[in-house]
Amino acid sequence: MADIFDTYRPAQAWDEMFSAPGVPRAPYSAVFAALQRLGATDLRHRADQVARLFTDRGVTFAFAGGEQPFPLDQIPRVLAAREWDEITRGVAQRIRALEAFLADVYGRGRVLDDGVVPRALVLTSPHFHRAAAGIEPPGGVRVHVGGIDLVRDEEGRFRVLEDNVRIPSGVSYVIENRRAGTRLFPGIFAEQRVRAVDAYPERLLAALRATAPEGVTDPTAVVLTPGRYNAAYFEHTLLARLMGIPLVEGRDLECRGNRVYMRTTRGRRPVHVIYRRVDDDFLDPLHFRGDSLLGTPGLLNAARAGNVTLANAVGNGVADDKLLYTYVPELIRYYLAEEPVLHNVETYRLDGPERVAWVLEHANELVLKPVDGSGGKGIVIGPHADDATLATLRAAVAADPRGWIAQRPVALSTAPTLIGDRLEPRHLDLRPFAVNDGTDIWLLPGGLTRVALPEGQLVVNSSQGGGSKDTWVLSDEDGPAVPAPRPTALVPAARAVRDHQPSPFGADAGADAAQQ
Amino acid sequence: MPPRAALEAVPSRTAPPGTGVEEVSSVLSRVAEALFWMGRYVERADDTARLLDAFLHRMVEDPWTDEVAACRSLLGVLGLEPYASDAPTVDATVRRVALDADSPSSIAGALLLARENARGVREVVSSELWECLNATRHDLLGSDASPELLGPGDFLARVRERAALFCGLADATLSRDEGWRFLVLGRSLERADMTARLLSVLVSGTGPLPDRTTLLRAAGAEESFLRTYGGAAGTERAVEFLVLDRLFPRSVLHALSTAEECLVALAPVAAERTGVADRARRPIGRLRTRLEYADVSTVGHELPVLLADLGAACSQATDALARRYFTDAPLAPWEGR
Repeated sequence: MADIFDTYRPAQAWDEMFSAPGVPRAPYSAVFAALQRLGATDLRHRADQVARLFTDRGVTFAFAGGEQPFPLDQIPRVLAAREWDEITRGVAQRIRALEAFLADVYGRGRVLDDGVVPRALVLTSPHFHRAAAGIEPPGGVRVHVGGIDLVRDEEGRFRVLEDNVRIPSGVSYVIENRRAGTRLFPGIFAEQRVRAVDAYPERLLAALRATAPEGVTDPTAVVLTPGRYNAAYFEHTLLARLMGIPLVEGRDLECRGNRVYMRTTRGRRPVHVIYRRVDDDFLDPLHFRGDSLLGTPGLLNAARAGNVTLANAVGNGVADDKLLYTYVPELIRYYLAEEPVLHNVETYRLDGPERVAWVLEHANELVLKPVDGSGGKGIVIGPHADDATLATLRAAVAADPRGWIAQRPVALSTAPTLIGDRLEPRHLDLRPFAVNDGTDIWLLPGGLTRVALPEGQLVVNSSQGGGSKDTWVLSDEDGPAVPAPRPTALVPAARAVRDHQPSPFGADAGADAAQQ
Repeated sequence: MPPRAALEAVPSRTAPPGTGVEEVSSVLSRVAEALFWMGRYVERADDTARLLDAFLHRMVEDPWTDEVAACRSLLGVLGLEPYASDAPTVDATVRRVALDADSPSSIAGALLLARENARGVREVVSSELWECLNATRHDLLGSDASPELLGPGDFLARVRERAALFCGLADATLSRDEGWRFLVLGRSLERADMTARLLSVLVSGTGPLPDRTTLLRAAGAEESFLRTYGGAAGTERAVEFLVLDRLFPRSVLHALSTAEECLVALAPVAAERTGVADRARRPIGRLRTRLEYADVSTVGHELPVLLADLGAACSQATDALARRYFTDAPLAPWEGR
């Protein structure tokens, strides 16, 4: 029988769904079977439904001045339990190492004294904030939420592409994608043992409360947003709503005597934990940009005095600098005495004249990334770049070698994605989200799979025309299906008799009247 | 000072621990303001739609009406300037009243502002409520053509439906907390104000006087009135109904009573021996009692003064609310180095 997969031709990369044309990998068998029953128009119709659903619900990101629905591809990405286990161990290990590194550089600086990481690297990082030195965050947590971007290489191995320990975003799409997915494919979810994603807000709130300033027994936590014009505003509102805590803007807060309060209709109320989604630079005009209207003067001093927890902590950017990324495997060995579970993509530092010369010569075979760029900005994929781009790039790299790293171009794995009325392979990545409460690092099962919708595109980002896929983590065959069935005791006994209006509309009398 | 153990034995809060809720629920000042205006703007869109619908009916049913004067009068009631032309046409007036997205007094403008306010407090209102306003924007105001395609009658019916949906969802999904009271307060003040504006046609002396049916229809009161007084009652009765009726929810008295209830709940005073300190409540309460104990036979005569006082009381109350509850940081840039 002809089906939508007949015309699908995998690209020159690891295909997530097929091991050979027409042969699905084991975790995908159920999805494959279910999708075979559908036609392309069917899928298209569902895709339009989702776009409509997202527009109505306001699941949007700010793009080119408007509110765009975040494109969700219908075909889920499926991860086997075994694969997820490796990711969990690898991401948690990385977060632990980065936490140790941050505590160290804003504390005694052992790692610098021991020469594991060059002092100059830290001191020249634009995200190293002296103002954060000496602050000891409650519970020792600086990375309350971390997002580690993973890709799959040509052999199907997961590798770390970059670390995000400042304010990683995207988790709201994980939650909304699942909500849309269960509505569109209720059947598949019933058959598959897919791990639920709805525990995230609860976990995050628990972590925020667990890391409240010492001595506060019932802390008030808030989400701090830059406001409705921020690209991720939807996410801020969703998290605040699901955690049941206030969403505040900088102007809703005020600091007095190194304590933070919010302005309410009944006067000031103390705030103890701030899950802030405002960048360091805009957070506190006393210490950072004086012209910022988004922050609140005095926050950092309150944090230093130990009266408020900032999540994530100020100055974390020094740990997700892309140049530091090249040292993370060594940091894992240095702090944890473990071997890295997940490897980096092969990366070259531009730390000597010969290395710089070599990179300039081979720029057309490498990927060059600015060390403090985010959202895919400034990345040049050598093999895809034209001569003019390469010439500009060479000049920029030669002028500021500290500002760049070079990587081997990895052909990111692909998965079938609905393009028009056909399924075509598109490159994707994975951002798992980790929540650290000070005693345990928990991973949201799944994370955000981003797809580059233009053909051959290797930069996967919503600001570059990206979409996303619902990401399923299958639980072990023997394990319980999630969500677990509700205990029967909670179901109230059905009442046999329902209340009814006696003799509706005076049935008998009315019938007689009608006869006349 | 009582011993420490005694202090600890007293539960300090009524809300479950961990919710960060204090004994008296409070909302952020910014959120209170957004809810208040959300209530006002949705009510404004609803009332304006009813008003415009009644006006259009009248124009169709009575071709002898002086079109220009009627248009001027309608625009005047809503506080809108006519477009540049000296003689507003019905078409231009409909466009101005229904579709002018830049004016907070038009239906489209009010709905957009309601939606913007909701957008700023999405985590506080239920998601259904937000979706209702958000979908309204996409459905009704998404493309410039859609109201024109629908035709004014259909468009106005949909606006009323959306407003009803909003009120129903608010009623069914929001907790009766402080935020809710600001929403209802905004709705009630706007309703009193809009009824006053509607009645001002009778006393302004410009334009043709609306007949009883148009007046009642414009306030959504026609059927309720007919059931109460029958078809023989005249315009004076209708005015009385719109101002003084205790049971009809769109009458001025009813709206003011609801507003006052909200204000009392927002600032409960255990025992004020004299006077009322709440500056927002004072003008509303005064006017409410005046209507409560009014001599029904003289209401017609006193209407001009009454309407002026009513408009003033609504804006005084709004100002006082802003000063008491909505103050937040001045938006002056922080002078840093």
